[in-house]
Amino acid sequence: MEQQFEAGSRLRIVVNGEPTLTEARTLAQLIIEAGFADARVATAVNGDFVPERARSERQLAEGDRVEIVSPRQGG
Amino acid sequence: MNAIDKAHADSATAPLTLYGATVSSRLLLGTAQYPSPQVLADAVRASRAEIVTVSVRRESAGGKAGQRFWELIRELGVLVLPNTAGCRTPKEAITTAQMARELFGTDWVKLEVIANDDTLQPDLFGLVEAARVLTEDGFKVFPYTTEDLGAAERLMSAGCEVLMPWGAPIGTGRGLNNKYALRTLRNYFPGVPLIIDAGIGAPSHACEAMEMGYDAVLLNTAVAKAGDPIRMAKAFAAAIDSGRTAFEAGLMEMRDMAEPSTPVAGTPFFDFGGKA
Repeated sequence: MEQQFEAGSRLRIVVNGEPTLTEARTLAQLIIEAGFADARVATAVNGDFVPERARSERQLAEGDRVEIVSPRQGG
Repeated sequence: MNAIDKAHADSATAPLTLYGATVSSRLLLGTAQYPSPQVLADAVRASRAEIVTVSVRRESAGGKAGQRFWELIRELGVLVLPNTAGCRTPKEAITTAQMARELFGTDWVKLEVIANDDTLQPDLFGLVEAARVLTEDGFKVFPYTTEDLGAAERLMSAGCEVLMPWGAPIGTGRGLNNKYALRTLRNYFPGVPLIIDAGIGAPSHACEAMEMGYDAVLLNTAVAKAGDPIRMAKAFAAAIDSGRTAFEAGLMEMRDMAEPSTPVAGTPFFDFGGKA
């Protein structure tokens, strides 16, 4: 399986701190693939904010670190 | 106007304006650590707070926790002040603020850049840096800072129109640790909204801050972790009203020596030294 992934069909990225294999090539595709299509979320890639309107243009690359966050209780 | 309405009108304190938004409650309440969402909602209502703090956190795949929380907050009809809790660098805080702005639809941010895990003390250097970047990006920054006067001036220069010095480290409930410096800060910035943020444990602490002339108090744990958060929310609301009313009324000067409050003239049995 490892060999197959390295063949290029999937990217190794990190989503919310978890190592993840993805077929998505853009952040917008990842949001759908990872099950956030209907969720109220905001995103960042490699520490930089990516606005919702820019997700479909944001290409993913091997090793990218993606944050997907939503509203929570806070002090 | 009947006597009760008149009493309410007489006790009403001056409204508070923060970045152009005017509120009548001087309590800002955190939304974390409550026993249940219902208790949180009831405590917010009981506190009469018009501004609550919120955060952003990682969502789980397919998760709806964020959506549920957001709906609860919207039903309360309050203003939200998103925080950057847990951020350790200006970069983390800036990105978190940007994500929060999109999620909550507000340009307000309670800016936290944490220097130390044990004290949760603000990193004042990082705070000023992040405040400058965020202000330039259109944010209205509420910086969680210390009582340090120099840092306060830097934050104002960076564009902050509100300052939020700590009373004591977050979650300690120790009250106002450095009253001398907090009083100095208040006197030095008479026209700047100053909010005591963090360290408040009891209504008396909040009341004292208001008596000192602080414009508002932001607290969370003291209500959320109370035996009965809803009653404690009411207690804080009353204490903050009381402290603010006292400040507006003007407190007496403290004295070193005793001075009788009852008139001395005409005191019975007073002997002028005369003889019968």
